[in-house]
Amino acid sequence: MSPLRVAALRKSYDGREVVAGLNFELQRGECYGLLGPNGAGKTTTLRCCLGLTAPDSGEITLVGEPVPARAREARMKIGVVPQFDNLDPDFTAAENLIVYGRYFGMKDAAIRPKIGELLEFAGLAGKEDANIRTLSGGMKRRLTLARALVNDPELLLLDEPTTGLDPQARHLIWERLKRLQAQGKTILLTTHFMDEAERLCQRLAIIDDGKMVAEGAPRALIHQQIEPQVVEVYGEDAPGWAAREAQAYSRRVEVSGETAFCYVEDAAPLLAHLAAWPALRTLHRPANLEDVFLKLTGRELRD
Amino acid sequence: MIAIPRISLRAFAVWRRNFLVWKKLAIPSLLGNLADPMIYLFGLGYGLGGLLPQIDGVSYIAFLAAGTVCASTMNAASFEALYSAFSRMHVQRTWEAIMNAPVTLEDVMAGELLWAAAKATLSGTAILVVIAVLGLVASPLALWALPVIFLTGLAFAALGLIVTALAPSYDFFMYYFTLFITPMVLLCGVFFPANQLPPLVQAVAAWLPLTHAVALVRPLLFGEIPAGIAGHIAALLAVAATAFWIALTLIRRRLLK
Repeated sequence: MSPLRVAALRKSYDGREVVAGLNFELQRGECYGLLGPNGAGKTTTLRCCLGLTAPDSGEITLVGEPVPARAREARMKIGVVPQFDNLDPDFTAAENLIVYGRYFGMKDAAIRPKIGELLEFAGLAGKEDANIRTLSGGMKRRLTLARALVNDPELLLLDEPTTGLDPQARHLIWERLKRLQAQGKTILLTTHFMDEAERLCQRLAIIDDGKMVAEGAPRALIHQQIEPQVVEVYGEDAPGWAAREAQAYSRRVEVSGETAFCYVEDAAPLLAHLAAWPALRTLHRPANLEDVFLKLTGRELRD
Repeated sequence: MIAIPRISLRAFAVWRRNFLVWKKLAIPSLLGNLADPMIYLFGLGYGLGGLLPQIDGVSYIAFLAAGTVCASTMNAASFEALYSAFSRMHVQRTWEAIMNAPVTLEDVMAGELLWAAAKATLSGTAILVVIAVLGLVASPLALWALPVIFLTGLAFAALGLIVTALAPSYDFFMYYFTLFITPMVLLCGVFFPANQLPPLVQAVAAWLPLTHAVALVRPLLFGEIPAGIAGHIAALLAVAATAFWIALTLIRRRLLK
């Protein structure tokens, strides 16, 4: 049984379709990513999956329960890390865990023995009595992750879990998510950090305007969707150079500001040509998920 | 869309959450709730009361004491259902966190309603105790004021939740206090008998929930059985139930869209 199956999901707000016929299915034990620019429908999709928003049409089955009809029962086996911190600021770290466990109908006697272990997992050992207001952003995020584990969920839903964190804090979260996966938990993650998705997800879907534009393993997507090599060309002359010369040496060229992105099968002829343009600086690298993302969703700003 | 409210015992977990926060600051909170009404009671009761003849056969301070119990209950329920509930809903996003667990919005609202009513009961009861100690209560019949206080708390908590459901920010609550709560204190027989007012105003006041609370509590404190008990209780129950239903519908529209 799939931990989460979403079929033909649609949701509109004021006549604008935010989710426009989304289909995906998680496999037990995998980490699945939902990638998309701001406003692509990621958070709305998660809200529908939790039964917090009624879809206009479509079917959702969460840990075997139909949603929204039996969303409450389904949420018994789900852990959620929301996009914005909503720890209880009036409580200590330990109280946050106890009070949250009560929402699952757990007895205090069942929660208390788990507190030490949960805090240790979150890298917060010994912080039982710490006031939430004294914790750093990274610590709060980790405590939110620990809170999401209080009911020992089968499936974790994480909405942009590392947004706003420094690199050290992000790496720690990633490492913990990998550990949870090794324990057999299934993870659904939304993000717009490509390195995060590439590192964590076995499979991912890129969504834009509420529709899925690509799905697959990160490596496979890069292989299928895009040329293998990228040469980035920088400098004041780069746009002019790109307009006149780049096409002859590249399969595809995109210009953004003073940078030209040349997508090529083989970079050698282009690099040889560029040797004659000392004013232009170049960076030659393999194509990555960000290139795929930008190709599929465009370079315009989404606000 | 009218959905059947899905309230479960999980509402009690929400209630306990609020209780745990309150427990941390219980003493200052109780004293804070007592200070304001006591200042009014003593200031007006002795100061103004000394100039006045007896009202309805009792001293002015005894008359005012019964009104103060009801007005404080109303204020405590309103503050909790407005400012505190709004903080949890909007500022701290506590409700959002709770609803990611197997708790419905209806549970959250029921927990908030019962909590605000409980806190109001505590506030009203504290004043009742003080005035009993001062000898302003006639007989043990006054104990029957306790369920009335709770019911009054329920009614004003439910009304407050409607305002919270509509509020864009804390500033919005000033309108509610200025246009609804303050007039009620003046029109519903807290400071003076409502029959001092012009008939038209009296007719309006008869529809206000605080009028029914005062009509029940004051005779009970004077050692009398109130007239028209069933009607007053039904009025308070109707306000509580209708207001809670409206609040639920509005909050659902706000948070679950």
